[in-house]
Amino acid sequence: MIEAPSPTAIPAPVLPRGQALWRGLRANPLLVAGGLTAVLILVVAVAAPLLAPFPGDAGSATHPFFVLRPPSAQHWFGTDQVGRDVLSRVIYGARISPLVAVIVLVIACVIGIPLGIAAGYFGGWVDEVIMRVTDVFLAFPSLLLALALAAVLPTSLTSLTIAIAVTWWPWYTRLIRGQAASVAGRPYIDSCRALGIPAWRIITRHVLPNSVTPLIVQVSLDVGGVILTASALSFLGLGAQDPTPDWGLMVSEGQTYFTTDWWVVTFPGIAILVTAFAFNLLGDGLRDLLDPKRSLLP
Amino acid sequence: MTGYVARRVALAALVVAGVIIATFVIARVVPGDPAATWAGPHASAAQVAAARRFLGLDRPPLVQLLAYFGGILSGNWGLSIHTHQPVLSDIGTAAPASLELVTAAMIIALAVAVPLGLVSARWPGGLVDQAIRAVSILGVSMPIFWMALILQLVFSQRLHVLPAAGEYSPGLLFSHPLAQRTGFSLIDATISGNWPMLGSILVHLVLPAVVVAAYPAGLIARMVRAQVLDTVSETHIQMIRALGFSERTVYSRFAMKLAWNPVAAAVALVFGYSLVNTFLVEAIFDWPGLGSYTAASIATLDTPAILGVTLFIALVYVAANLAVDIIQSVLDPRIRLR
Repeated sequence: MIEAPSPTAIPAPVLPRGQALWRGLRANPLLVAGGLTAVLILVVAVAAPLLAPFPGDAGSATHPFFVLRPPSAQHWFGTDQVGRDVLSRVIYGARISPLVAVIVLVIACVIGIPLGIAAGYFGGWVDEVIMRVTDVFLAFPSLLLALALAAVLPTSLTSLTIAIAVTWWPWYTRLIRGQAASVAGRPYIDSCRALGIPAWRIITRHVLPNSVTPLIVQVSLDVGGVILTASALSFLGLGAQDPTPDWGLMVSEGQTYFTTDWWVVTFPGIAILVTAFAFNLLGDGLRDLLDPKRSLLP
Repeated sequence: MTGYVARRVALAALVVAGVIIATFVIARVVPGDPAATWAGPHASAAQVAAARRFLGLDRPPLVQLLAYFGGILSGNWGLSIHTHQPVLSDIGTAAPASLELVTAAMIIALAVAVPLGLVSARWPGGLVDQAIRAVSILGVSMPIFWMALILQLVFSQRLHVLPAAGEYSPGLLFSHPLAQRTGFSLIDATISGNWPMLGSILVHLVLPAVVVAAYPAGLIARMVRAQVLDTVSETHIQMIRALGFSERTVYSRFAMKLAWNPVAAAVALVFGYSLVNTFLVEAIFDWPGLGSYTAASIATLDTPAILGVTLFIALVYVAANLAVDIIQSVLDPRIRLR
């Protein structure tokens, strides 16, 4: 994902921690709005069985006599092509996209961080090899590489998660490498080396903790991007399969009936938009709050 | 200067080699047997074996890789399973429509996003700034396949103001047939003076282009805001203010001038992203480009076609980045020293 750089922060007067945080939040209503919405989505995901009016409809239930009913008091979001309650499926969908995003980002960090640290700390040919491989991965727009991989793997949510994760780690490697290289060049790291402290200890105790802040910001910015990528692949038929209540898949399935039965497509799409928007607002606000000077663009 | 360019070109060539190897590896990851797919569902063992020999799958992997390399470089990108045509010629037929669509989207995105970013940067922190920021984040949060369906429903099915699908009204094929010269329909219509056709293409282009523009517009607006804010605090802008230029001129002429460089780099990057986004949009609008071709390839599990498109877009992407790097180094000599 490409990200726009943020403006330089105006140096603020030093305040007690709680007060500074409070002021930061007050000055950034978008961050608060995004954060609250994201929390709400997670609550919906956890409480799905309690909130969904027809929990059975999240699965393979069919109701042949209730096919494609418009929104009503009983079915707020209408029913789909096999008579399932769209609201229940949208609610259960909150369990899928955010979970895919979390798994993708964890895998991307697990691959990306060690490689980035190794490249940045050791330099030399290790750096060359890792970064040239990274360059190749970054030569594909991430959706494209994920799509090519998902197209050759057996179609499932697991394949989709793997495909996206494979395209996501190089960004983190590049980011961490830059940080680690600048930390590794500082005098206190030289002192550590001079004291004979083993490399793995220097890395885990000093380099990693001092390189990781921008990564945290980037990960929070990427949740929305992964959700969009996953839903796009599901829309193309390369992810979840029916009866999984995946939002992208629901939009794809409703497409056929769209001109007459608009609700089947509209509500899952709004769910994708609101979720991606909430996490993007949250990530963008966090970046301004924590790390105002960084950008991924060269 | 030549040294810098030579280094960048060498690096790009290395990346291209890596990209070709990557697509080869993906093709070999295919679970199941490409030879069986090729031979069809009712093929006998002998037919599958013949297909394997025909496709060269019986040779050692390294030989296959070299043959694959040779094929790519000599223009033999394999045969598409669903069109039975060479993949490269399919791409050649489909690419112009997608490039036109993405170019139109970029023009829309720049026309909308640059003024928004400037306004946002002029009164930072205000209500207008917050609103523009929210709208630009909304742009990058948009599931564009859904946006495409919604706009199609509203503007063509309900309001009947724009056509729902296609590249032009089919009736024009009889009254004003399009002369094929460059393959780019807009250019062909213009150079042959076919105005009714040009108008029809432009009208059909509006909805898909607006949808593809959503992501770049959001991105560019945020970039312009950030860059301009960075610039206006610099001393030479203070100088321009001191010379008595109006605030409007300070922003739109002087601050924006320095913002163009990174914005141009972002546009080149996002061009590649948008080419991929056409995969989600073209099939909905029946726009005859790479996106529709890829969607059909996915539906038919046409691996050679999917990988061909993947390779093509990756090459466009590498070339665009290289071009931007070189142009920037010409415009801004500081870059060469980094």
